[in-house]
Amino acid sequence: MSPLHAVRDAAIAAFVALAVALPIVGVRTVDTGAVLGVDFRLDWVAAIVATVFLGRLCVLLWMGRRERAPRQAGMLETTALGWLALIGRFLAYGIMGFALILPMMSFADRYVVDTATQVLIYVMLGWGLNVVVGLAGLLDLGYVAFYAVGAYSYALLAQNFGLNFWQCLPLAGLFAAFFGILLGFPVLRLRGDYLAIVTLGFGEMIRIILNNWASFTGGPNGLTSIPRPSFFGLEFSRSAPEGEQTFHQFFGLEYSTLHRLVFMYYLILILAFLTSWAVGRMRKLPVGRAWEALREDEIACQSLGINRTMTKLTAFAIGASFGGFAGSFFATRQGFISPESFTFIESATILAIVVLGGMGSQVGVVLAATVLVLLPEVFRDLAHYRMMVFGLAMVLIMIWRPKGFIGARVPSIRLADFRRPAA
Amino acid sequence: MNQPLLAVRDLTMRFGGLVAVDRVSFDVAGGAITAVIGPNGAGKTTLFNCLTGFYRPSAGSMTLVADGHRYALERMQGHRINAQARVARTFQNIRLFAGMTVLENLMIAQHGRLMRASGYTFLGLIGWPGYRRAEADAVERARYWLGRMNLEDRADDLAGQLPYGAQRRLEIARALCTQPALLCLDEPAAGLNPRESAELNELLLFIRREHGVGILLIEHDMSVVMGISDHIVVLDYGRKIADGTPAEVRADPAVIRAYLGEDEEQGAA
Repeated sequence: MSPLHAVRDAAIAAFVALAVALPIVGVRTVDTGAVLGVDFRLDWVAAIVATVFLGRLCVLLWMGRRERAPRQAGMLETTALGWLALIGRFLAYGIMGFALILPMMSFADRYVVDTATQVLIYVMLGWGLNVVVGLAGLLDLGYVAFYAVGAYSYALLAQNFGLNFWQCLPLAGLFAAFFGILLGFPVLRLRGDYLAIVTLGFGEMIRIILNNWASFTGGPNGLTSIPRPSFFGLEFSRSAPEGEQTFHQFFGLEYSTLHRLVFMYYLILILAFLTSWAVGRMRKLPVGRAWEALREDEIACQSLGINRTMTKLTAFAIGASFGGFAGSFFATRQGFISPESFTFIESATILAIVVLGGMGSQVGVVLAATVLVLLPEVFRDLAHYRMMVFGLAMVLIMIWRPKGFIGARVPSIRLADFRRPAA
Repeated sequence: MNQPLLAVRDLTMRFGGLVAVDRVSFDVAGGAITAVIGPNGAGKTTLFNCLTGFYRPSAGSMTLVADGHRYALERMQGHRINAQARVARTFQNIRLFAGMTVLENLMIAQHGRLMRASGYTFLGLIGWPGYRRAEADAVERARYWLGRMNLEDRADDLAGQLPYGAQRRLEIARALCTQPALLCLDEPAAGLNPRESAELNELLLFIRREHGVGILLIEHDMSVVMGISDHIVVLDYGRKIADGTPAEVRADPAVIRAYLGEDEEQGAA
């Protein structure tokens, strides 16, 4: 786009901004004693129009530069891809190392550890959803349903059968996987928009059932006093019941509520590592390649003997089970759950993490989850403007990197890694 | 030819009132090249879609004999036709996994075998040595066909970035990696230049000779059809109008009529 076109386009955008801002921002009614007066704020309007004009101009010029020198993602040479994989690996190890030592840092107070835990929950959810959306290419807008199933499974199993966290965790995963298959069956023939609508409905159904089945789920009041996990049988409380020890007594530490927070942090870190390991591994196994092949072309898959039904159902089930694990962790961390926590906005956030991170990329999910959880925290001072900054940031990221932070796909196997067997 | 590899009997495919394939019967011999020809809209691709499980035929039978088993293709689930009866196919409009590498395309073609070797993912997840061997074998098979198709140096490139002719070859390689008993090629020479077309002939003859794979191909390029086919089946308006060796088919008045339409011209005059 030539600069002249850009200026014209920006002028049009500025005009639209003027048309919108003039009546909404430009005029304000003021109460001047007896009568209602009108106050003009043309300086505000001017500022808004100027911002829109300049912003649009910058975006256009910048994108025009990109058009002239197309940087085709995926068109990278094999060597460049190798480098990318190497950088990605370093980045991954760097993040892992940082995550491991984070609670020992001097700045790691309650707030930092708690926020980091929050980030990790979303990382785990993002990795789980990545199986369904990023790898298998099935657009799922109801992922929060599995998160809810995991959370309620743990809470209900613990309260009704007295099972502890470690017994419930695999069960919650299984329940969520079961629900994944339950959702999978009716949507086997759907793709794209249609699939998105059905999954959206499924997510809402689960939430509404949880909200209304009061005798079982506690309805809108939720479930309270969900048991906390113990560290090999050691409770994180100030005092233990008769004949037992608490964590701080056993290790001879001063009692601190931070202990449990740090424990929770490491718990989700381990769960997240396990998720990452399992998903990363599966991607290089036939099942993972079949997921990706399904995303690329279903017809061709069938002609190659791949059972589409099974492949889709495994994607739903495995993606859902990670959601379920994260859900039980969420339940045990909060100690209280209610349908409020599992609204559509959660599904949307998790999907945004997958898309912003770059479909299918694991490191991308970490970056995106960090950005999306931290942004509203960082801009907490802006009060009700912070969601606006959040939205703006998402728009900017999508303009800057349309394929997500890490858009290039690393192949699951490379011929170069397999030496020809010595003849 | 005592026992044909594939016996198609009275195959019929109706779409509402339209009869796309009408009581077609023919045999495909193992280790031979059989061509299906006919004018546009004759029902060739519909026939292929029935054979490979994408359509369920309205009537008739398709019996394939592989490894001493008889498979009634008309009753099998789509993916089993490849996984068990070992029928592989390519598509008229190439269907590669464009966003994945060439090698990955060929690995996916070996899904069934690798899936079993990975213990349906469970053993593969813990790095079972048996799986690693199976994977290395699969890579070797892929490398073999890449070498044959002259694609070895592009193994780690995205399939969608290959030139057109190479994509055609890759699709054939992918079908071959499933180790088929019967290979169905839907217009493999479409869009190829004469040199590539000649190479394709060589390749198909090689596959027949060295691997004993039965080949069934739809083709419009007569230099391919007449040059390499052992047997030709001619369809017109869904019916089989001729069936025989290239020489027989070429001399058949019904075929000439279907292709040149002389009878109808005369009738109209």
